[in-house]
Amino acid sequence: MDIDNLVRMANRIGDYFAAYPDRTEAETSIAKHLAMYWTPQMRHELLACIARGDDLHGLHALVSDAVKKHLARPEQAGTA
Amino acid sequence: MTIFREPDYGTPKRTSSEMVTLVIDGDRVTVPAGTSVMRAAELAGNRIPKLCATDSLEPFGSCRLCLVEIEGRRGYPASCTTPVEAGMVVRTQSAKLAELRRGVMELYISDHPLDCLTCSANGNCELQDMAGVVGLREVRYGMDGRNHFDKHSAVAPDTSNPYFTYDPAKCIVCNRCVRACEETQGTFALTISGRGFDSRVAAGTNQPFLESECVSCGACVQACPTATLMEKSVIRMGQAEKSVITTCAYCGVGCSFKAEVKGNEVVRMVPHKDGKANMGHSCVKGRFAWGYATHPDRITTPMIRASIDEPWQKVSWEEAINHAASEFRRIQAKHGRGAVGGITSSRCTNEETYLVQKLVRAAFGNNNVDTCARVCHSPTGYGLKQTLGESAGTQTFESVLQADVVMVIGANPTEGHPVFGSLLKRRLREGAKLIVVDPRTIELVKTPHVQADYHLKLMPGTNVAIANALAHVIVTEGLVNEAYVAERCEDAAFRQWKAFVARPENSPEATAAITGVPAEAVRGAARLYAGAGNGAIYYGLGVTEHSQGSTMVMAIANLAMVTGNVGRMGVGVNPLRGQNNVQGSCDMGSFPHELPGYRHVSDSTTRHLFESAWGVSIDPEPGLRIPNMFEAALDGSFLGLYIEGEDIAQSDPNTQHVESALRAMECVVVQDIFLNETAKYAHVFLPGASFLEKDGTFTNAERRISRVRKVMPPLAGLADWEVTCALAKALGYPMDYAHPSEIMDEIARLTPTFHGVSYDKIDALGSIQWPCNEEAPEGTPIMHVDHFVRGKGRFMLTAYVPTDERANRRYPLLLTTGRILSQYNVGAQTRRTANIVWHAEDRLEIHPHDAEERGIKDGDWVGVASRAGETVLRATVTGRVQPGVVYTTFHFPESGANVITTDNSDWATNCPEYKVTAVQVVPVSQPSEWQQRHRDFAARQQAYLQGRRDAEKTAAERGKVDA
Ligand code: SF4
Ligand code: SF4
Ligand code: SF4
Ligand code: FES
Repeated sequence: MDIDNLVRMANRIGDYFAAYPDRTEAETSIAKHLAMYWTPQMRHELLACIARGDDLHGLHALVSDAVKKHLARPEQAGTA
Repeated sequence: MTIFREPDYGTPKRTSSEMVTLVIDGDRVTVPAGTSVMRAAELAGNRIPKLCATDSLEPFGSCRLCLVEIEGRRGYPASCTTPVEAGMVVRTQSAKLAELRRGVMELYISDHPLDCLTCSANGNCELQDMAGVVGLREVRYGMDGRNHFDKHSAVAPDTSNPYFTYDPAKCIVCNRCVRACEETQGTFALTISGRGFDSRVAAGTNQPFLESECVSCGACVQACPTATLMEKSVIRMGQAEKSVITTCAYCGVGCSFKAEVKGNEVVRMVPHKDGKANMGHSCVKGRFAWGYATHPDRITTPMIRASIDEPWQKVSWEEAINHAASEFRRIQAKHGRGAVGGITSSRCTNEETYLVQKLVRAAFGNNNVDTCARVCHSPTGYGLKQTLGESAGTQTFESVLQADVVMVIGANPTEGHPVFGSLLKRRLREGAKLIVVDPRTIELVKTPHVQADYHLKLMPGTNVAIANALAHVIVTEGLVNEAYVAERCEDAAFRQWKAFVARPENSPEATAAITGVPAEAVRGAARLYAGAGNGAIYYGLGVTEHSQGSTMVMAIANLAMVTGNVGRMGVGVNPLRGQNNVQGSCDMGSFPHELPGYRHVSDSTTRHLFESAWGVSIDPEPGLRIPNMFEAALDGSFLGLYIEGEDIAQSDPNTQHVESALRAMECVVVQDIFLNETAKYAHVFLPGASFLEKDGTFTNAERRISRVRKVMPPLAGLADWEVTCALAKALGYPMDYAHPSEIMDEIARLTPTFHGVSYDKIDALGSIQWPCNEEAPEGTPIMHVDHFVRGKGRFMLTAYVPTDERANRRYPLLLTTGRILSQYNVGAQTRRTANIVWHAEDRLEIHPHDAEERGIKDGDWVGVASRAGETVLRATVTGRVQPGVVYTTFHFPESGANVITTDNSDWATNCPEYKVTAVQVVPVSQPSEWQQRHRDFAARQQAYLQGRRDAEKTAAERGKVDA
């Protein structure tokens, strides 16, 4: 899927949880949201983008931290 | 079955803790204080003749037919206007009373044409009935004097309304219509003008009905005891022979109707008095706009084609279904299990929706199922679950009658949810206070006998800022309901939230710059909502369809919790659902991450329950949402889609994006009653059945499950649930149900909130509000009574994050969208009825200042351009919108309102941001490029449809159209 679009959606999720003063809580909540509502394929593409690391397409640090910390277990690309 | 007529007790029911006992015709009768003698007598089984009284209206006491004798009182009081008193001794029949009543009838009849045999009300006329009851045998006055129908005073019938006529010659001036328009509907369109024999019912300022402020709800027609106000369908077809109770298929109010039928044909729809959602009222759509069901545009044969640039081929059901199944399997074999999916609609019944998600999960083997609630109320599901613990509104509609202050946010009940709108207006006339939060001056802001105490006319997209400002005032001015919060809500979350909203940037003074609403108004509204007793919030798509839709839903729940306004009558958080079965389609597990009953697919207990019932394994990971499906189609990984009852090509945002996604797919299967916009991109068309042709249930905005009952056989031979079963079977996953009631039994078995639901119980109770289970065998009108469903209520932080969609130099205006009374959603149904007399096109509302600046006059063609696309509409110049804001509806495909809306969406649910699009508006002289392309494409697709009818002839025409 279009990575810019995925990043845009992820950032909006991040924007919401950024209001939480406790950064750990914000990160867990972001990761949980992605796990609950995104397909494995979408998460995989976002992770791959972070893993490459050269161009984050504007992904906010809070979101990329959340993803790295909580979602970086080996995901299968899956068929979903 | 015969026609069912509800008893008429003459005057409305009264509730009182005090009971009064009196004697009527020798029998002791006990009724609540305040009940009329007439009602008490009817309850005791002794009917008193009446004409001007009916139990939906307050008594008026004008006809004098209902006279009775009361011991110790002089004269003959009217029983409809006389309340019962303890120890009263009443006689309803005597020689004197009979004589008086005959005299009254004689006078009436001398002013009435005696053409009973050819009258449209023959067989269903209260005047006729009363003449019979009182034993009228002669009319001594003759028929030659002055009356309502003689040559000199006769007035031609008014036939201007498309659905009913007004024939003054038959009017007995009982005032029931006038009272119905005031009390039941709240429009105040009718008056009685003139006196004596000259008195007439007048609409507006003596205008034809169509030109008056009448909204064609039909309440007056229903209240009229004679043929004066009469449905044109009855005039044409005669009185019906039987009636079937069913549920309106339009909006989320879910009105209950008696379909009055002759053979297989509907004669009229009459709102059902015992229907608990509507209590005998309805709007123009449900009562009158059902003609689409038999419209010649209905497609009644299955069709297939290899590509969308080919004519349709009519085939048998078997061939169409096998073709669809083999295409889905081919795509899955080549591109993977996840390359196909399904979309269901809020227009489907619960049973149909349940089957579609079951087909996707069990037969397709993935979770790629979504519903059109994605684009309307998905944030409600998310937001209320997070805060209160259940994805549903908290109240029953009747609850509004106990509200002291009502806050309406981003909803337009008198247009979008008219029957609820009427109920709300009634409460406001009784003195409840009103706060409106809306960028437009909706009707409620000022309408006869109703005026909003506060109208917070905010800029589109700034809801959350307003909600935070309201919360700021509540926590900083000591208006928190401390005891309630301490007892019922999570303490840490509350304290965190309190500190957050108390921050200076959330004060009304600080947010005024963002919202455009003066701080004093926000402070006043907050004080009113928090301090006036029962506070109830009603909200609609103006809340959800934003990039911060979910945030706003949570902000609303926070406001209700902090003021203690959840868990009893008169309060609550009430989403007004758009389409009739939005609530139901969400309940039925049609979201890609949830099984029925809002249980996440990753929850292994629930998954195992369904796996063992269905005999398959279920994917524990969420599937694609509708917008994700489009994205995946464009990148080539999603190629097959089964769509039941939804028109994504018209209703979803950024039409051109949706169109390219549809074009990129290899097998689009559309099941619908018309060749809708999406079907123009389809490869298989499966004809659907209208709500009149099938059995099932709908669940309205108050969680009320009501029956849809078949009144005629499906035009195409199969009901929609049967089509889904056939498709599943062809996919190698047979689903065997003999009747939709068996589908409901399965839902009830597998869903805790539905454990107690069955068709038998719905038949017995009339309707059921879920949760209905062991703890609540008869359902749950009010939720969260002693504690929240999630245990403790949770305050969520709701920082205002402005949308990316902002006015700028190139696109300086903000477009927001909405709907109007006479049309419904994409209009596929209502456009095919006479409702187009009220709304024949979508128009762009623009403020006089913005119009003048651009040289736009009322009625001019204007181009509306956003970063997504451009369309052309005609302008209405009006102060209803504020400067900087333009507004339109989206009921007609050719106006292409969604060509301009963008793919910006709610952060949590991807619900599109229909309510804010930055646009520029300029005068133009021709349709937009998209519109021209759309017109050509639509014409070509129409030709493909006709193609089969006589292939040779149209082959030549096709050449022409293609050229
Ligand atoms: S149709 Fe409804 S709005 Fe129109 S006059 Fe009758 S009651 Fe009033
Ligand atoms: S139109 Fe019908 S309801 Fe109205 S006053 Fe005349 S008879 Fe009564
Ligand atoms: S459209 Fe809504 S308000 Fe109108 S009759 Fe149908 S359910 Fe009732
Ligand atoms: S019914 Fe009582 S006065 Fe008409």
